[in-house]
Amino acid sequence: MPTLYEQLEKDVRYQEGMKACMNCGVCTAICPAAEVSDYDPRRILNIIQERDETALETLLKSDEIWRCGECLSCKTRCPRGNTPCYVIQALRALSIETGFFIESEQGRKQLAIKRTVGDHILKYGYCVYIDEVDNETYPEQGPVWKWLRKNRDSMMKRLGTSYHKNKAGTLRNTARESLDDLKKIFDETGGTSRFEKIEKFSADKAREMNIEFSKGKDEYWKFLYNE
Amino acid sequence: MKPRNNDNWTAYQKEIADDHYYFARSCIRQNFFPAAENLYINILRDLLGKDVFDDAKQTSCTGIAYHSGLIPMETIMTVIARQFSLMNEAGYENFVVSCVTSFGIYVEMLETWKHFPETEKNTRNALKRATGKTFEIPKNIVHASDVIYKFRKEIAAKAKYKLVNANTGEPLKVVDHIGCHYAKIFPSHGIGGAEYPYVLAGLIDEWGGQQVDYPERRHCCGFGFRQYLLKSNRGYSVTNSKKKFDSMQPYKPDLIIANCPGCTFFLDRWQYVIAEQEGKTYGENGYGIPVLTYEELAGLLLGYDPWDIGLQTHQVQSEVLMEKLGISFNKADKYKGPGGIDLGVPENPVTLRC
Repeated sequence: MPTLYEQLEKDVRYQEGMKACMNCGVCTAICPAAEVSDYDPRRILNIIQERDETALETLLKSDEIWRCGECLSCKTRCPRGNTPCYVIQALRALSIETGFFIESEQGRKQLAIKRTVGDHILKYGYCVYIDEVDNETYPEQGPVWKWLRKNRDSMMKRLGTSYHKNKAGTLRNTARESLDDLKKIFDETGGTSRFEKIEKFSADKAREMNIEFSKGKDEYWKFLYNE
Repeated sequence: MKPRNNDNWTAYQKEIADDHYYFARSCIRQNFFPAAENLYINILRDLLGKDVFDDAKQTSCTGIAYHSGLIPMETIMTVIARQFSLMNEAGYENFVVSCVTSFGIYVEMLETWKHFPETEKNTRNALKRATGKTFEIPKNIVHASDVIYKFRKEIAAKAKYKLVNANTGEPLKVVDHIGCHYAKIFPSHGIGGAEYPYVLAGLIDEWGGQQVDYPERRHCCGFGFRQYLLKSNRGYSVTNSKKKFDSMQPYKPDLIIANCPGCTFFLDRWQYVIAEQEGKTYGENGYGIPVLTYEELAGLLLGYDPWDIGLQTHQVQSEVLMEKLGISFNKADKYKGPGGIDLGVPENPVTLRC
């Protein structure tokens, strides 16, 4: 069984993102997530370069690695050419692969994203799709979106889109052949397996927390998404 | 005097192909600003006489899922390899990306293939096994706004209006928001790099406006991917946008133009949320500051009907801006469907004037 570090080191994002950190803290100074939450990329890189297996496991089970917004401002600014965000990406992947993600409040929420954005990709060929974006789930969309959604068949016609049509253009139906290609790529490259792991570990956690778990927007999804 | 290192970026340009573009669409733009991409294609084809291929076979690049920590790097690499393969099949070499997140993804994967050649080999094998496809890397890869920037003078020459207040003759004050993934990840792929991004500022200068250089100009809009996608985490997103609005407000901007579909959406919708939650508005007299995409601005100045290019689908409405520009519009036509059918009107927010 490879150690956590051996697994982390295989990720090219770790290799590219973690060179030698001198702990100057510029990444934390520029970071929008550090400004609004309990997140400190300088501290995370420092833990990583100490190569302490126990400390790494604690990190993989923590909320902190899920607080980065992936704006990548840290990449521009690091004077040593590190990219803390790439290290975060590698840590997040390892947290899911090991199942440690369910041990943190933020990590658990990956299920809610998998069942929206993740499932939309394979169902529609889009990360987001108007039919799924209602004002209850996304209240910041405002009254104009409520009106647009209600009248979307007419308005999409007026605006010259290909909504629900099988031809090129805005919001067209993604062809079956293209959706099949996506699914086969997910199967081949670990995307499907990643989704299955998120579902499996989440089912275990929901059972432990005694929250109803089935599929779609079940009680566990609502808990993760809203609270 | 020898220029300082950073000063070199002020004049930095990149190669932008002159014609024959394969157009890769954006998930967010198609949904939230559904007329924008057709307008973009129409400006390129009809006004500039360019050849643009709009492919029915393409899919999402999956970038939002990738940056939310949801899918493996190998998966997104192979998805974009499939997009390159579709471009090859269509006979094109110049790839134009309609989304800043997506543009960052394409550039990042190309750079990764350079630094870790085995990842390109693995991607080629995975694509072949999964779909039977092969691919060639594009000769030129740019963001959609780069092409508008390249032809900004041609657009100005055909424009009916300038970014000038028709009543006072003063240039309008315009905020540009570039989007983090346009140049912060790979500065050499952005006009002006990360320090002096000029892709939108160049449009403001050429079309008669005045740039607003405010303290938080380069700060993130706050998308944060998984932070916005979860209702419980959205405070992250609105807080970052608010930081920008508070910083730009003293300069009294007439307009915000945004490069990235997500940024356009957040800078528009968070103004509505802040107005309703805090009672605070950032435009004049209870209005918000209109937020337009680069081609929506080009379309307005070129004289397109504002309701045919979808400006009514923004939450912050643009009538105040159009009055300043001297653009006449038919208010009664704003919320009509095809053939003039009545679709009712959206409810008015409590605080934000629309």
